Amino acid sequence: MSPKTRKTLVVAGHGMVGHRFVQAAIERGLTETYDVIVVGEESRAAYDRVALTSFFEVGADELSLLPGGQYDDPRVRLVLDTAVEGFDPETRTVLLAGGEVISYDELVLATGASPFVPPVPGHDLPGCFVYRTIDDLEAIREAAAGARVGVVIGGGLLGLEAANALAQLGLETHVVEMAPRLMAVQVDAAGGATLARHIEKLGLKVHTGAMTSEVVEKDGRVGALALKDEEPIPAEVVVFSAGIRPRDTLAREAGLDLAERGGVLVDERCRTSDPHVWAIGECAAPGGRMYGLVAPGYAMAEVVVDALLGGPGEFTGADMSTKLKLLGVDVASFGDAHATTVGALELVFADAVAGHYKKLVVLENEAGDGTVLIGGVLVGDASAYGVLRPMVASGIELPANPEDLILPASRGVPEIGLPDEAVVCSCNNVTKATILEHVSREETPCTDATCVTKCSGAGSTCGSCKAGVKKIVEDHFASVGKVVDRSLCEHFPLTRQELFDVIAVHGYTRFDDVVEGHGRGRGCDICKPTVASILASQLNGHVLDAAARTLQDTNDAYLANIQRNGTYSVVPRIPGGEITPEKLIVIGEVARDFDLYTKITGGQRIDLFGSRMEQLPQIWQRLVDAGFESGHAYGKSLRTVKSCVGSTWCRYGVQDSVGLAIALELRYRGLRSPHKLKGGVSGCARECAEARSKDFGVIATEKGWNLFVAGNGGAAPVHARLLAGDLDTETLVRYLDRFLMYYIRTADRLQRTAPWVDSLEGGLERVREVVVDDVLGLGSELEAAMASHVEGYFDEWAATLEDPDKLARFVSFVNAPDTPDPHITFREERDQAVPGDSAGPVSLGASIPVGAPQ
Amino acid sequence: MTASAEPDSRVTTVVCRLTDIEVEGGVAALVVGEAVAVFRTYDDHVFALSNYDPCSRASVLARGIVGTRDVDGTQVPFVASPMHKQAFDLRTGQCLDDAAVQVPTYDVRVGDDGMVLVGGRTSSS
Repeated sequence: MSPKTRKTLVVAGHGMVGHRFVQAAIERGLTETYDVIVVGEESRAAYDRVALTSFFEVGADELSLLPGGQYDDPRVRLVLDTAVEGFDPETRTVLLAGGEVISYDELVLATGASPFVPPVPGHDLPGCFVYRTIDDLEAIREAAAGARVGVVIGGGLLGLEAANALAQLGLETHVVEMAPRLMAVQVDAAGGATLARHIEKLGLKVHTGAMTSEVVEKDGRVGALALKDEEPIPAEVVVFSAGIRPRDTLAREAGLDLAERGGVLVDERCRTSDPHVWAIGECAAPGGRMYGLVAPGYAMAEVVVDALLGGPGEFTGADMSTKLKLLGVDVASFGDAHATTVGALELVFADAVAGHYKKLVVLENEAGDGTVLIGGVLVGDASAYGVLRPMVASGIELPANPEDLILPASRGVPEIGLPDEAVVCSCNNVTKATILEHVSREETPCTDATCVTKCSGAGSTCGSCKAGVKKIVEDHFASVGKVVDRSLCEHFPLTRQELFDVIAVHGYTRFDDVVEGHGRGRGCDICKPTVASILASQLNGHVLDAAARTLQDTNDAYLANIQRNGTYSVVPRIPGGEITPEKLIVIGEVARDFDLYTKITGGQRIDLFGSRMEQLPQIWQRLVDAGFESGHAYGKSLRTVKSCVGSTWCRYGVQDSVGLAIALELRYRGLRSPHKLKGGVSGCARECAEARSKDFGVIATEKGWNLFVAGNGGAAPVHARLLAGDLDTETLVRYLDRFLMYYIRTADRLQRTAPWVDSLEGGLERVREVVVDDVLGLGSELEAAMASHVEGYFDEWAATLEDPDKLARFVSFVNAPDTPDPHITFREERDQAVPGDSAGPVSLGASIPVGAPQ
Repeated sequence: MTASAEPDSRVTTVVCRLTDIEVEGGVAALVVGEAVAVFRTYDDHVFALSNYDPCSRASVLARGIVGTRDVDGTQVPFVASPMHKQAFDLRTGQCLDDAAVQVPTYDVRVGDDGMVLVGGRTSSS
């Protein structure tokens, strides 16, 4: 019998912590000696449960932590959709559902926790749910489709996430909390009250100090929630979010020691009472205490990998700090938030109008000559979290006026030098020193915060430290004297946004004035189209007017899209994709008469290819006469607003999506922007218009419209994210006006909406503040700018056809307008004309008569 | 107002008026059967290159954006191909983004009557 050289390690559970364990095992070389078998109960591979609420927005794929479905390392086997039924420490075997028995050398339990459902009568009726898995959310979404009111039992962190989800699904949402305040674990009474005010302002109803007595049945389903000492709440959906319990059944049945309050008891190496069984994450109880956050779970995963490699790692408790955004409200809690330390003092700043509540818990230092920060609570504005939390861990002394740390940002955030060992990202345990290593290493150092996040993991889990990471990176580059050059090109030492402002402030209308006043040289193919786009946005002039003509990029210059052989394609506008048979026939006739290749586009219109430049006016004359106008397929401007057929025809539709798409397309047609813009409108949640792959996407709800922004297809697809929900049409248009104008004013050249949003300090939340909350007071100005665009719109092609001066440019040769360009040839493919191959420059010889103009 | 100091005797084809070319614009002309791009710069100099862009293999250079590029301190007048934006030195036809690429140049001048005259190739590359 040959000795067994490779050992087997079984991981029970493929949640976030189980996944992290496997990742660490691969990265740190544990798979050199172990074959790893990971058994997951859910049908999906590990996904980001912390961001579960965003499932409705981004879908399951976006949340996945293992998008490929398997690990790169062939020594890791992932078994999904299979529960672990039990294990036997004597024989060291694991029994899987389905009967497979696996022998192990080491077993890691990462079974997580399950939601606690209080045993009130009716808790198991159809319509009752928990909030833990994607399957739970899918079931909730299905139930919400036919419901009006939803109740969440539990006003903790997860409960509020669940309430957010119900509100997103369009339900009237109630939160029932037994304790006298929301988020009782993390925040104090005043913080909880501030939070409740924020949430009620959003239309949710908060019932604190309320005891659930029964889920009342109606027609075999949930009909209402009965409360002690309060009126019952009629509701069709009930979500329990009253805490979690460690899933320790496997360990219990195997006879391992458990903690008094549940959880698999483990030592500081995360080893259970059996030396070959380990437990990590929410199912484990190091020293008898369970940790219901992901960061301690990750730390435990690292500790066990370290132990199996013979390292000294120990788990010695965890930072229970949290920062999150609940229903758009920032909430953070860190350190000794409740000031339970002897001698702790509280420093409170509250602004009831703005809805800010901030508390610092401080302690006199040992020398008695200063104070250190030991904890705090931030509600409404948690921007100081990134600075404050590492201060708790590092114990550095507070400045003389610690209140400056929590006063409104307009007073300026004081510069606090963090020590290198300060943990900046607690989810992934990344210190300031590690971040600095990434930006200053010899070989291919990171050049920005995005790269640091990718390389170090800092900010990649909950994202709350992203601003802090960015600040450290920027400070570092500033300290080494490296200036990030954001100049548009060699002619302008300005960003596009700065150029936009310069042109607006000076009222420039010509490139010459701009380059003379603020640039050098005579411009290039980068700055000229940029200035042309800015002038078009501000002045609504014709792109072929004399002052702007030579600034236009290839396609704008001829109001058509140049193709590989120098011919152009023609795209008439078909708003919302709706077209009459008569107009379809016209397009067909034009294509036939000019022998154009026709193809349906992704934007629900028809592209006609193969027009010689000099044919464009004739083709457009036919189209304009038939009532068509430019589709701006050639411009960095609005392309189309795609729609599904909507409630007019569709038996599922709840709103007239075609009508809205047409209205939006007509409103924004011709709008010049930093990059192309696409929109979509779907008539119901089935989303047949694929609106969430657009720069702006509108999805109908029973009550109105949900507005999603900053999505795109292409090489780096991004789903649009919810900006505001259940809007009436007027509000929707107002927000869209503001959003688009804000983008046009501040985005970089060729920056689409998704990277633009990501580039803003605060990201989508910043956009929401500006567009929805109007914190900059820019709302009416942006709307007025859009109104001016709408009013000033005219069809560029119709105007060109009426102007001999503009038409004069559409000739093959200035001195031989009747001679077609001999370089352009066609061949036939699938019954249509396509470009022939070019064999190099063509000479017609001297036989062609040419003449000087008269 | 000429590209070359000495008017070339081979200049034969009258192409258009100078004012028919936009400032920092170009036109395509047929010169002895060949497609030639004629450009007018900000200071009213005229330049003529083959209209054929060897990078994209299409006859399109006259439709490009005209500007200047700083090459070792000199402001070089150039046209950017409308296809893939390669820059060509208007004076020499040299591609500024690829030393191996050059397009032919043509003699060109503006006559006293304001007409633009294009002659033979000045380079054969």
